[in-house]
Amino acid sequence: MEIVVCIKRVPASDTTIKIAADGKSIDPAGVKYELNPYDEFAIEQALLIKEQLGAGSVTVVTIGSKDAQKELRDALARGADKAALLTTDQWISDGASTAAALATWIKSQSCDLVLCGRQAIDSDNNQLAPNLATHLGFACITEVNKLELADGKFTAERDIEGAREVVTCPTPAVLSCQKGLNEPRYPNLKGIMAAKKKPLEEAAAELPAAGLEVVSLALPPERAAGKILGDGADSVPALIDALRNEAKVL
Amino acid sequence: MTDPYKALDYLAVDELYTEEERMVRDTIRSWVSERFMPVIEEHNRNATFPTDLIPELGELGVFGSSLEGYGCAGLSSVASGLICQELERGDSGLRSFVSVQGSLCMFPIHAYGSEEIKQKYLPKMATGELIGCFGLTEADFGSNPGGMLTKAVADGDDYILNGSKYWITNGSMAHVAIVWAQCEGTIKGFVIDTDTKGFQGRGIKNKFSLRASDTSELVLEDVRVPKGNMLDVEGLKGPLSCLTQARYGIAFGAIGAAQAAYDEACRYSQIRVQFDKPIARFQLVQNKLVWMANEITKAQLMCWRLGRMKEAGTMKHFHVSMAKRNSCWMALESCRLGRDILGANGITDEYQMMRHMCNLESVITYEGTHDIHGLIIGRELTGEDAIL
Repeated sequence: MEIVVCIKRVPASDTTIKIAADGKSIDPAGVKYELNPYDEFAIEQALLIKEQLGAGSVTVVTIGSKDAQKELRDALARGADKAALLTTDQWISDGASTAAALATWIKSQSCDLVLCGRQAIDSDNNQLAPNLATHLGFACITEVNKLELADGKFTAERDIEGAREVVTCPTPAVLSCQKGLNEPRYPNLKGIMAAKKKPLEEAAAELPAAGLEVVSLALPPERAAGKILGDGADSVPALIDALRNEAKVL
Repeated sequence: MTDPYKALDYLAVDELYTEEERMVRDTIRSWVSERFMPVIEEHNRNATFPTDLIPELGELGVFGSSLEGYGCAGLSSVASGLICQELERGDSGLRSFVSVQGSLCMFPIHAYGSEEIKQKYLPKMATGELIGCFGLTEADFGSNPGGMLTKAVADGDDYILNGSKYWITNGSMAHVAIVWAQCEGTIKGFVIDTDTKGFQGRGIKNKFSLRASDTSELVLEDVRVPKGNMLDVEGLKGPLSCLTQARYGIAFGAIGAAQAAYDEACRYSQIRVQFDKPIARFQLVQNKLVWMANEITKAQLMCWRLGRMKEAGTMKHFHVSMAKRNSCWMALESCRLGRDILGANGITDEYQMMRHMCNLESVITYEGTHDIHGLIIGRELTGEDAIL
């Protein structure tokens, strides 16, 4: 099975974000980046499927600046076979253009399965998988947290409101991966050494005109300081009153 | 709880490393945070080593990581140094375990063993299926290993070894031991399976330091070793060449312990309030943190340079002495200053400071004490030997 995994370089969850002077983007100075954590599940699942079948290939692809080579190398170090970087200097916030550019590239490849994280933790759009499936004419299952492959057919489980849904689909398919699907492996040191010898192709991303524009970006308001209402059992009524009338959570 | 560790990099030393070196470092750093930090205090308290993590270390590829072939990763010297740094950020016992396996056991087999011996041991040592220990030091011969009493005598196709070794890391859990002995007027090394009759490892109990590490005595009573298991090197330069490798790792490793101390002390100073302000706002506290950051940064640069010299083949043992001596000293001082910043809280194992501090008392002592390394540097500078 030929598998393509779409990944993204995102600001690390523990990095400090500052808004740039234009008020529409983040200031890249001093920002630490990492592989989108949900994409780790997608890479791991691709490797597990390849190991299960004992055949096929895993290709990782991303759209971004040259810096995203680092995240591609990370995926190669874990065991992916080859990587592609679709270059652009734009900061893309439009899920539809991302999907269109990725679909254009995927159509040029032999591909039976596309895996991606459920969403990227920077823009949290959660649009890629269904958008891609539409472009490619593939089946689509989102937020998969259990997956089995037998006789060329996927059986996926996903959590929906108050229940667990079991869905099946044939290949070709686009699946978005949710936490719990698997336990991502660490890249091992031999893998890291091997990664630099694996192919990493670069091509300009074919991005359509964006349909969305970020108008402004602001940090969430700082959390107000906590309040101590008293000490011991005597202060319980005051606490209940505050929870009921001030915080309105009871 | 997730490990809050943030490594200090005041002068962007990161930019001096290659992308692979950073990737190796970050991988080991995450592994230590996610897999080792949650269990270390308990193991330190109980004086046990987390043996269940050995296969994971093997899978990562940290054993003999700079060696070529035989299932080893073949990393750059700087990358293998950074592995030691990240492991020792967790605990000096963890780094000691990996140093002994790679630098002291796999290195001599790789450098001085026959092809048959290499094939027999190295691949399984790389995965951690076989654990090694290194027997040089004896109870009465520490800084002066050349005076060792352990003897090997030829008998047909074998050598028969008698004697004892002390302060041997991994000595009780090892499957294979590299033992150095007086033999036919010189010092020779032997690769010994520890299940050989007459070989015994006995744990040394009640340590204040390196508690999460197996430190043992080896006793050899008429241990019969085939001649093919003798290493092809003569004299003290055999074991000393291994120590040069291990000291190189310690020079990087101790920076990790200092980093852990700095990180904990700095974070604590920002949240600990006395006289209605965080203690980080007091000049004396800042001065201590600055000292630590300053020394850590100097040591990072020294070790980076040492690593590049090792890769270029220009590193000499007396260069390693300077880095080992400096890193251990500044790391121990950093822990002492850090403990001071933590006040009374610093004496419990809710904080890692005293664990690192106690560990470093061993690290500054083993593989050449602070003073012995001073004398090695002094001999190089003056041409006068003050050791013998």
